Order: sequence, then C-alpha cells, then structure tokens
Amino acid sequence: MTIAIPTVPAPRKFGIDLSKPVLYGFAAILVVLIVLPLSWLFVYSLTDAKGNITLANFYRLFTESSFYDPLVTTFIIATTSAVLCCAVAAPMGWLVARTDLPFSRLIRALVTASFVTPPFLGAIAWELLAAPNSGLLNQVYRAVTGAEPDSHLFNIYTIEGIIFVISCYTFPYVFVLVANSLDRTPGELEDASSILGGGRWYTARRVTIPLVLPALLAGALVAFLQAMTLFGSPAILALPAGFHTMTTKIWSLFQFPPKPELAAAASLPLLVLTVLLLRAEKMILGRRGYSVVGGKYGAPRLIPLHRWRWPAFGLCVLLLFNPVFLPYGALVNAAFSPVATTFLTFHNATMANIHFVLFELSAASLALKNTVILGTATATIGTAIALVIAYVTARQAVTGWRALGFLATAPIAIPGIVLGVGLFLSYTRPPFVLYGTLWILLIAFVTIALPSAYQQLQAAFRTIHPELEDASRILGATRLRSLWQITAPLLRTGVIATWCFVFVGVMRELSAAIILFTSETKVISVLIYDLNESGDLGAISVIGLGMLIITFSVVIAVNRIPGFGTVRFRT
Amino acid sequence: MGVDAMTSDMTKKLSKRDVLKGAGALGLSAFAVRVSAAPAAEAVTPALIEAAKKEGSVVFYTAMDLQFAERLGKTFEAKFPGISARVERSGAERVFQRIGQEYASNIHSVDVVNTADQAHVIIWKREGWLAQYLPEEVVKYYDKKYYDPEGYSLVTRVLVSPFGINTNLVKMEDAPKSFADLLDPKWKGKMVKAHPAYSGTIMNATFEIARDLGWGYFEKLAKQNLMQVQSATDTPKRIVLGERPVMIDGAGYLVIRAKEEGKPVDIVYPAEGTPVATSPSVLMKDAPHPNAGKLFQNWMHSREGQQLLIDFARQYSPHSQAVEKPGVRKLADIKLMKEDPQGVLEQADAVKKRYAEIFGV
Repeated sequence: MTIAIPTVPAPRKFGIDLSKPVLYGFAAILVVLIVLPLSWLFVYSLTDAKGNITLANFYRLFTESSFYDPLVTTFIIATTSAVLCCAVAAPMGWLVARTDLPFSRLIRALVTASFVTPPFLGAIAWELLAAPNSGLLNQVYRAVTGAEPDSHLFNIYTIEGIIFVISCYTFPYVFVLVANSLDRTPGELEDASSILGGGRWYTARRVTIPLVLPALLAGALVAFLQAMTLFGSPAILALPAGFHTMTTKIWSLFQFPPKPELAAAASLPLLVLTVLLLRAEKMILGRRGYSVVGGKYGAPRLIPLHRWRWPAFGLCVLLLFNPVFLPYGALVNAAFSPVATTFLTFHNATMANIHFVLFELSAASLALKNTVILGTATATIGTAIALVIAYVTARQAVTGWRALGFLATAPIAIPGIVLGVGLFLSYTRPPFVLYGTLWILLIAFVTIALPSAYQQLQAAFRTIHPELEDASRILGATRLRSLWQITAPLLRTGVIATWCFVFVGVMRELSAAIILFTSETKVISVLIYDLNESGDLGAISVIGLGMLIITFSVVIAVNRIPGFGTVRFRT
Repeated sequence: MGVDAMTSDMTKKLSKRDVLKGAGALGLSAFAVRVSAAPAAEAVTPALIEAAKKEGSVVFYTAMDLQFAERLGKTFEAKFPGISARVERSGAERVFQRIGQEYASNIHSVDVVNTADQAHVIIWKREGWLAQYLPEEVVKYYDKKYYDPEGYSLVTRVLVSPFGINTNLVKMEDAPKSFADLLDPKWKGKMVKAHPAYSGTIMNATFEIARDLGWGYFEKLAKQNLMQVQSATDTPKRIVLGERPVMIDGAGYLVIRAKEEGKPVDIVYPAEGTPVATSPSVLMKDAPHPNAGKLFQNWMHSREGQQLLIDFARQYSPHSQAVEKPGVRKLADIKLMKEDPQGVLEQADAVKKRYAEIFGV
C-alpha cells in the first residue's frame, strides 16, 4: 500500500541565522580584551620613558637586587604555599569524599567559607591574631605561660606568616579539585581491586591515589599561581616586615613618579612563568590522564574510619579554625572592641566602629554601590560570554571554535596585577579612554573571570545531549532560538552557579582594581586596603564583616558554588 | 606642560613671567608661571551658599586622619544642609599621585585638596591646576606665612612628627629622648615607622632628618629591625595597640588624642628637633563643584572649622582667634626642625629612592 505524500515544501523560515556574526563578534571582543593589554605591556617593556626601543628595563630587572630579590621571594612563597595547600587539602578532600567522616557536608561548607573570604581580609584578620606583640593569640600565649611582655609565639610579619595566610585562602582550590575527582572516580575500580584481594589501604594506595594524582597536580599548579599573583596578602604582611614580592613591587612602580615601562617589564616574568607552568601541566597530564570511561558506575565506596572517625573530624575542624573561625572571631572582636586587639567584654563593647562606618565614612556608600554594580555586571556579562563560547566549543558550531576556546582560557595565564598594568596602559589613551570609569574595571573583572566561567559551563554543556538541539533545529528553529529555548533551560543550574562564582570572585578581587581605580570608581576591596594603610582596623572589621554577609547571602541564595557540590547551609 | 596654553578665565594681569628650572627631577619640562594679583578676600555670602547647594556636593581629598576628616565633612553637612561632603583619605604622597594620574586622564573629580606636603602646592600651581581663593577670615586672622598672597593655597594645620611611646611597655623615664637614642640596641625590634612614599608628613620628616643628621643616620636606623607601616596616622595606632612600644615618626596629634582618651601612650619631642610640616589646602581650578568647594574651603579655615581642628583633632591651627585647649605643648615651645618645601620639591624622588634602598621597601 502506498500513500501519496503531497510534495508540499515545508514552510521555510526566512529568518537569517545570526549565529555566525554573533560568534565572530564574540571572537573579536575576546581578541580586544586580551590582545590589546598584552600588546601594550610588551611595547612598554621594550621602550624607555621617551619611547625609544631598549632592553634596559629587562637589564635592570635581572641585575638590580631590588627587582630579583622580590622575584626569588615570590618563587619561595608560591612553591611553599602550593606544597602546604596540597598537604592539607588532599587528605581533607579524601576524608570528605571517600570516608564515612561525620558531618562531611559541614566540612565542605566551611571550605566554601574559606573560599569566599577575600584573602586580603584574611590577612588583616591574621594581623589582629598573630602580630607579634598585639596579636590576640600571642596575648593568650603570654597570659597562659606568663612569658615576658615582648616574647611571642607567632609572628605574622615573616615569610612563613605570609605563606601560612596565603595557604589559608588558597587550599580550597586544591580541595575542590581533589574532592571532585574522588567523587567522580567509579567505585568499580576499587571493587575490582578488593575482589582481587587488595586490602582497603592497598586499594587506596594503588588505585585511588593514582587516579586522583592529575587533580592533585592541577591543584598544586592553581595554588602556585594564586600564591604567586596575590597582591593583598603580601602587601599587608610583607611591607611591614621590610620586603617586597613581585606584585607589591609592580604596584610600587606605579607610585609617583610612575614607571610604567619598568612595571610592564616586571610583569612579564609572571606572565611567562604562568604560561610555562600551564604548558608543563598539559604535557604531564597529557600523558597521564585517566579517562574514566564507561557506563553507569556504582557510588564510590566509603572507607569506614571506625574509631578514627571523630579524631579525623576533629582534625578537619581544627584546620578550618585557621581560615574561618579564628579570623572571623578576630574581626568580630575588632568590630566591637574599643581597640582592635583588646579582648571584647560586656563592659568595653562599643558601637563606635559600626556608627563610624554607617554614618560617617563617606566613601563607603559609593564603594559599596560600585562593587555591587560591578559584581552584578561582571557576573552577568562574564557568564553570558562564557556561555556562548562554551556552546560553540562543545558543539563545534563554527570553524575556528578551537581558537575561541583558547582565547577564553588564555586569561588564566595573566595575573591580575599584570592585567591591571596592561589595561591601564591600553585605556588611558585614545581611542579608548576608559580610565576613571567603571568600564575599565568591568573589562578587567570579566577578563579575569572568563576562564573559570568558561570551564564550568563547558562541563555543564557536556551533560546535555546535542540531539535535543538538533530536534529543535530540524523543526526550523535557528541556532540562537534553539539555544535559547532548549539548551538554556537545561543549563539553568550551571549558569546560576557560574554567575554566583563570578560574583564572589569580584568581591575578592584586589590586584587589578588597585591599579585601575580612581576616587569615583573605588570598590570595597580597595577601600579596605586604604583603611589598612591608615591603620583603621575597627572600620575594616565592620566593612569586612558586611562584605562577608553580602557574599554569604548570595552564596546561600543560590545555594551552591560549582565544584563545592550543593552546599546547604540550612539543614 | 605649558601653562601658556591655558588661557586664564580668571581676569589676571600678567605681572611676571618666570621660567623655573630644577623640575627635571619631577619629569616636568621647563614651564612658565604666571603670577597674578591677589584676589579680593571673600566672605560666605547667601549667594555662595545658594550656588553651592545647587551643586549639591563637595569632594575633598585629604591626608588628615580619617576620623577627623569625616567629622569635618559631617559638621559641614550639618551646617549647610543640602550639600554632601565626600572624603577621600589617603597619604599625602598617594593623594598627589592620584590627582596627577586623574588629571593626566582628564578626570576632574576633586574640589578641595588638603595635603601634608607644601611641595605639592608648588607643582600644582606651576601646572595651573589651582584656583585663587582667599577667605575673609584667612586674610584677617592668619599670619601671612600661613597663606599664599595670591590665594592659591592656605595652611589648614601645622603637623609635627614627634616620638610616641606606649607607657605600658616603656616607662617615660626610660623612653628614647633623641634620634641618637633610637640607635641603642635595646630598641631593636621595638620601633614602628611610617613611609615617605605614602605620607607627606613623613616625606618632610625624612627630608629634614636626612638634611640635619645625614643619610648615614637612616642607614644605622635600618639595622634596628623596624616595623615599616605606610601612614603617619598608622604609627600612633600601632603603639596604642601595643604592637611596638616606640613610634619613630607620625602624627603627634593622634598620640595626644589617644592619651586624652586614657590610652597608655605619651609623646617625646626629640632633642635634635622635631620634624614639622605645614599642611596646606587648595581649591582646584577645574573643580566639578566650584562653589561648594569655595564654601568648604572657606568654612574649613573659619574659626568654627579651626576650633574643631583644635578641640577634636588636637592639631595646631594657624587661626589666631581659635582658642587653644590645654594638653598640647605650644608650637613655640617645641624645638622644631626647619621646613623647606623647595628642598622637598627638588629632592622628593631622591628621598623616596634612597629610602627604599636603605629600608628595603
């Protein structure tokens, strides 16, 4: 039996597929975002103050001890911090992901809290705790042991102190990578080992740990880069001790009389080192990646800790005193105490700092407004750009998608302060005079946020089958429409999570902002840094706590930060 | 930077044209300066208040202690409702850098500036950035050395940088009495010092100490394991915290304030002389709120503003009618080092460089 099918052509939609122009537009934006500042950086590093081509800047960089000493110091700090972070975060990640550790969700929540705490705020809080004479911990130590007035247990103004504080707020990166990797590792591989007679610890040693090594290596690298490129913590702790790191040195070159050529030259080693390390990681991981491919996996098997359960939990909580409980406690103490490092009692409690910040500090409202505007705009624009690029690379939608993906990841190799210098050089001159507007900060923040936003959304895309989009397109929708109507709703959770992640990142950002702000475009992080320089610790504590409340509100409202799993603060 | 290019909108007669040299150290080329007749002294008139209210706000960049700067702003707001005062506080050298950076990008967001370094005024005046404005009370009650006869700048306060001592940690009789005493090994690791690349007070103090005692003094001092902070307003706070027992330099007035609040701190005026810096304020020519700026500049230097300076901030006022409050040693009774703005102007960069070499930051 045959049926005559009328050969009526399907109603053709006469919409123009805008996807290509849109996509090429995005590529152009990325090129401008990244290439323009880097080009100016190179140009400046190779010229003298009069504009003649010279290598003198680099010569000074590698011959004057005021330049290479900070380079060495930075290297020591970054390496040690990375090792320390791994030593703490890897066992903790394993305990949380792979054992029957009690309250493992609470531990994850506390790690999230350390992650969203701005490192410069943590550094100031640790000044309150461990300054050799006035530090609260040293006061307790002297009171308990009856030691001499000028003896101390801790001195935060040392290279060890800086490494410690940096590690406090960098280890979450390692934790997340390790815990996620362990979450994803299938239980079957371990089962196989057990069936073949491998004991629990043997299995852990021979199967689980090798599987998680790539994540650990990636974590170590991220920790190294973070420690190398931080500005706030070393500026707050190293300068009082009388030494520079590379970031504080670059920043000092912007003081009057500014030496942008030297700042540009001093930025390049950071850039080169970052690129080299990322290449090295690719090479190592390229050979030792474990693709854990297969159908459905069983849940990872949890190792019972038996009588070690509670000691292990205690250890985790104890470690988390350092980034969370102690600093927050010190900030609360300073906020309500008449002198920042006097212990709070019922009798001496004062609202003076709160009153000062709320009713007298005239720069605060503008800074808060700028920060909220920039946080919202950066999160929205950054997520949007990342979403489009993640789509293009995940679906290989246009030719040249690889280049687009590369461009989106490239800023990871640009330390914040280097980007700040590059943007300053690019946008203080025609045709784009953006210095003095929020736009230049927006560009900086979007560029900084792009790589991680892109990677998160790319991961989210991989979980959605292209068939759904294809169906939509077969039915006549343009690519943009199917993206909007089919893919977007499915991606909602991932998008919201990314938005939240970027927002938190803006609150934490200081190293680019410190180069790019003007009095009209000050953000809270810069305001806190200013207040630290003039020693107004009470005001900092109030603003810092306010900032944490805003950040936590956003995190709790969205209820999850990518990588940290669904962190429920309400139980 | 050619001032010639800027046609003056204020009717000034070109009475003298002078090419100044010695600016090479500041990266400026030779330039010309117009010196013009003194402007007429102005009082606060209802018309000025009305015009200021229309502008609605005043932006004040300052190097004074934040608490006082904000109190000044709030008192001004209460006195002239409808005009809000926004204070941007940083060290004088940072304020100078900020204005330079903003003006280089054509950003004119500041109305009134109070710095702690007279050298800045010399440079801004040369650049043609300053407006001429002489409040009536200044002409009547200020000694002539405290204001520019052409009205480009007015001295708001006189700053001294003595030693500060935490008396819980060091008895006053054991406290260092002179710069020479600070080199005693017993003070090693016990002193806190502010930075000349941040603070105008400390820039002047560093210049004066290096001139009077020689850079060799700082080389020896650097071996004493100092705690190096930035602001001259931070060092007094560090000794209040008890973080270090001795403050080498910084805002004396904050030590006095803390002492009067019952904190265990006191002042020592060093035997060799106490560093001093007059702290001038200026009205910018391209101020976005010129009338509010005038009103603020006028009020800050009036008896009322200056009395607040004495009573709240415990600083030295140039206003002869302002009543001194006991508890602060009279300026005339302190052996002071000699302030030299021209010297600071010429050597500021060298001072910063030398200082960084000696102290490492």
